[in-house]
Order: sequence, then structure tokens, then C-alpha cells
Amino acid sequence: MSLLEFRDVSVDYGDIPAVRGVTLNIERGEVLGIAGESGCGKSTLAATVLRLLPDSARVGGAVILDDQDVLTMTWGRLRAVRWADAAIVFQGALHGLNPVQAIGKQLAEPIRLHKTATDVDARVAELLTQVGLPPSRARAFPHELSGGQRQRVMIAMALACAPDLIIADEPTTALDVMVQAQVLDLLTSLVRELNMGMVLISHDLGVLGTTCDRIAVMYAGRIVETGPALDIFDDPRHPYTRALAGAFPRIGDDAARYAPVGLPGDPPYAGDLPSGCTFHPRCPEVMPECATTTVELRPAGPGRAAACLRVLP
Amino acid sequence: MTVGQPVADGQPVASGQPMIGARDLAVVFGGRVRAVDGVDLEVDAGEIVALVGESGCGKTTLARTLLGLEKPTAGTVLFEGKPLDYRRLKDFRRQVQLVLQDPLGALNPRHTVYDAVAEGLRIHKVPGDEQAQVSEALSQAGLRPPERFFLRYPHELSGGQRQRVVIAGALALKPRVLIADEPVSSLDASVRGEILGLLLRLRDELGLTVLVVTHDLGLAWNIADRVAVMYLGRIVEVGPTADVLQSPQHPYTQALLSVVPDIARTEQIVLTGEPPDPARIPTGCRFHPRCPVVLAECTSVVLPILGIEPGHRAACVRVT
Repeated sequence: MSLLEFRDVSVDYGDIPAVRGVTLNIERGEVLGIAGESGCGKSTLAATVLRLLPDSARVGGAVILDDQDVLTMTWGRLRAVRWADAAIVFQGALHGLNPVQAIGKQLAEPIRLHKTATDVDARVAELLTQVGLPPSRARAFPHELSGGQRQRVMIAMALACAPDLIIADEPTTALDVMVQAQVLDLLTSLVRELNMGMVLISHDLGVLGTTCDRIAVMYAGRIVETGPALDIFDDPRHPYTRALAGAFPRIGDDAARYAPVGLPGDPPYAGDLPSGCTFHPRCPEVMPECATTTVELRPAGPGRAAACLRVLP
Repeated sequence: MTVGQPVADGQPVASGQPMIGARDLAVVFGGRVRAVDGVDLEVDAGEIVALVGESGCGKTTLARTLLGLEKPTAGTVLFEGKPLDYRRLKDFRRQVQLVLQDPLGALNPRHTVYDAVAEGLRIHKVPGDEQAQVSEALSQAGLRPPERFFLRYPHELSGGQRQRVVIAGALALKPRVLIADEPVSSLDASVRGEILGLLLRLRDELGLTVLVVTHDLGLAWNIADRVAVMYLGRIVEVGPTADVLQSPQHPYTQALLSVVPDIARTEQIVLTGEPPDPARIPTGCRFHPRCPVVLAECTSVVLPILGIEPGHRAACVRVT
């Protein structure tokens, strides 16, 4: 049994489809990366796990967390699941913290609410140590901390009730490379140590390639490629994945000198998707039939699948 | 078969003619925060230089000082080899243009694309046909046909198009230098290459000089002729891009490169802590408290400011 399973999940806002039939699973101790650009539906998909979407969103399919469907849970059960079974680390840690409350007090709140520890202060100290901050920082206010330290506090908060699953939505986007490396190291070592599962969302395929076990690439609300992280990064099969991989060049790759790789055009508007393969208007390898054929994921090597007509089964 | 053909095949066209630079530059805030603490830098006409470093290293303050937006506490800003005259900045401001990150924040949401691009022309009272100049700037920035964009508002554009409008606003004034502060950090991956390709093309076609301020070493590899690495107010390593990024000499540059996500990377050197406080710069080598290969003499050694001679140099006692 998987820790988390998306079964044909779809999300619509009125007539506008944001997520269009995603099936994915995550095991314990595994880090799954979801790659894609703004508007591809990756954050919307993650938000279905804790039912954080606005009322205007219509969610279909099933999201199975620890053998229970989150989408049909009662509110009481859902409140218990939030924090305790699954927790989210958002980007932009300054906005997620209360500016007029010491961080120790903020960390203590979910522990008190969910009654997951008797000695709350000791648990707060333990959490701060786990994320590499001295326990004395519990008395600090958010503005007294650097960006990296605040992001560590957000991670400590997500860990507060010892969840089985952590969803990290662009957790390092606002951070410098050095701090990014520290935060990613911290997250992955916690996943291994505590045998949790993690979903890591990013538009940077390099970050996902070096951090995750598996990657799913999303475009226009669908998964267009999935497989082991190193394979996807080293040998992408879908033309869109290749463009994403080329966007962040490898230092030392002479082909990338004075030749940044871009992809003309913009991602499609979800309310007006192109026919056939939704990527075809931007695809550098487009064929006539791409405009008319709907492409499903097809096998593309061991543990891999890609939704492209050029990928032969 | 490769995806997304290279967007430009720009080659270095640096002329050896100094365009914009700094000599022994220092910018001190409130008498103790030494944001820029002794910088020599020269950017030649037609050259693309990347100024890299972590937040708080002083790279944005250095850029603002080169733009004339901040007055140096000591030292000089040079434009075309001559010290900047702070009583006569108007012409300089036209020739040296800033391209900001976050195009949504840089554009007034209630101004059309036309007004956004024409604003600089009006402020500088540039003579001639305004509409023709706006059209030309939009075309140069890759928004074609330009008339189609005149009456659009920022919210109707994609992130990449907005960044092109910001660049067009700078180009309208026919500048000779662009200073771009993190020009692609807020853009999607597929748009990033397009904007970097545009910067290369502008250098090739218009002979623009470009200083890019960034923490993104991949960007430097993509487009820069030279790289200057800044740490705590000083340039600690400078040289041709391939030399600095492929055989870094300074332990700080080595650490920065080791954490760039890359499958084939060698062992990561993750520095502990964050850049120290520019109000309390350590004695000796300013990097010594975080340096993984620190020597006894590093706490007291006086390292000279890296000068502007050509070649690859680093401010470290281990480099001879």
C-alpha cells in the first residue's frame, strides 16, 4: 500500500480545467518531484492532499492518504489529518509566520492542538535542533531570522506533529544557492531518518534531479513524463522535459556557452487548450498528427512513461 | 535531435574600450555597514560581465552605485574612462539603464505597454517621433508586431512578455549600458532562455554593454564573457567565465559551484551559516570564518583589492 495515491485526480474551476486526470503514488522514504511551470497545475494538485482549494474548485478522482480518501473525509477527520498525517511547507517563509509572535510559540501551536506531545517546550527544542537551529532561538521573532533560518522554522513546523508525508511547494525558490543546498539536504535527510514521504514541487529540474527518487513532469494539467529522477534529468524523452532540462545549463557544457536554450511561446491558457497534444504549438519536433491525436502516457523504458507520439512503446 | 535551437550564437565582441567601471569603490551606510568595501571593476564596451554572489554580499549596492543611484563613500565610478560628475547625471542616466527583476512589480498596472515604454522618452524629453521610437524599442525587445502590444496592460501579458516590456523601456532611450538585476530569476524555466538570448542579441546587434547581477551561475555560463564573484563587499575572484567556473581558485567560488544542482557534480561543499554581517567584517581574509581550507595566517593577512588587469585572479593566500 502506498503512502499517498492520486487516482485520476482532476480539478476544475468552472469550465477551466487546472488538473486533468493525474495518477501517481508515493511510498514511505521516497521523495517524489513534480516539475512544471506556473499554471501547469502542480500546486493545485498538491493542495488536493489537504483539501486546501477554494470552494469554487471541483475535485474529481480520489486522493488516498494512508488508506483513506481525503476528498470524502468528514471535516473533523480532515482536521486531524492536517499537520498530523500530512503537512505542507510553502515558499515565501516570511508570509507564513506571524510577525508578532516568537517562533517557539508558533511551533507549539500545532503540538498543543493535536496533543502530540506532553512536554511541549521539550518538543519545540527538539524540533529546532532537528532543523539545525539552536533551541534558544525559540524566543526569536521572524524578523530576527534570515531567510534560510525562517525556512528552517517552516520545516520544523511541518514536522511538529510527526507527519507521514511532507509536501514542499518551491521550498527554496526565494533562497540563495548555498542556503538552498542546506535546506534541500535537511529535507532529504529528514525523510530518510524519519521514514516519511515527500512531494517536492519545483520548476527547476536540476534541483529535482539531484534531490528526488522519482520525477513527474506536468504540462497543462497533465503528467507528460514520469520516471526515475536521474533518468529524467540525464535522458529526457518528452520534448518539453528536454526544454526544461536545457533551461538550466550544466556548467562546463560547451554547447550551452553563448547559447541559452529557450522554448518559444508561452504555456497555454487552461481555458483554451490546444487540440491533440497540448504541447504541439510549442514543440520543436511537432508532426502533423500531433494536432489531432490525444496522447496518453506510454511506456518509455524501465519505470518510465512519456506522453509523446515520438516515444515508441 | 535537440530541443529549442540556440537562441543566439553571440561571440565575445569586447573591444578593450572601458565603458563603465569602479576604482577603489566603497559604499558605507550609517557609518558602519560596509556594503561595498573596496571594489575595482572594469566592463568594456560590448562586454557581458556577470557579478555573482549571495544576498547581502553587496552586489546590488555596487550595481546601484554604478547607475549613479547611490553615491560612493570613497573611490570613483568611471564612465567611458572619466570619473562620473554627480552634478551632471542626466545624460549618464539615459546612457546607463537598469533592468529590474520582477517585471510585474516594475510595471505600473494602470499604464499600457505604450505608456510604459514611452515614459523614459518623455522624462528625458527625447526629440523625434515618439511612436516610431516606441515601436522600434518593442521590436528590438522581441515584441512583434509592436502595434499589437501598444494598448495591452501588464496583467494581459505573460511573464516573459512583461520582462520584454521592461527591457524595451530601457532600450527606447538608446542606452550604451544595461545593468540587469536578476533578469530571469522570477521567470519560468522555458522563458528564461529566451530572455537570456535576447540580452546576447542586443549585445551583438546594438553593441550594448551588459552587467548582469545574479546569484545564478548557470546564467553566467550561458551568456557572460567574464565573471566577478563578490563576497562581503569585495570581489574575491574575477576572470573569463570558462576559467572562473571551470577552474575556480577561491574556496568561496569553489563552494558556490559545488552546490549548483548537477548530477555529475563532485562532493558538495556546503558552507555552514550565512554570509556574515557587513557591519562586522572579519579581520584578515573576510571569508576565513567560513572557509573550509582556512590557514593560520588567514585571520591576519591583508589581501590587496583585485585590480582591473586582464586574466583570472583570486584574493586568497593559497593562490600564488
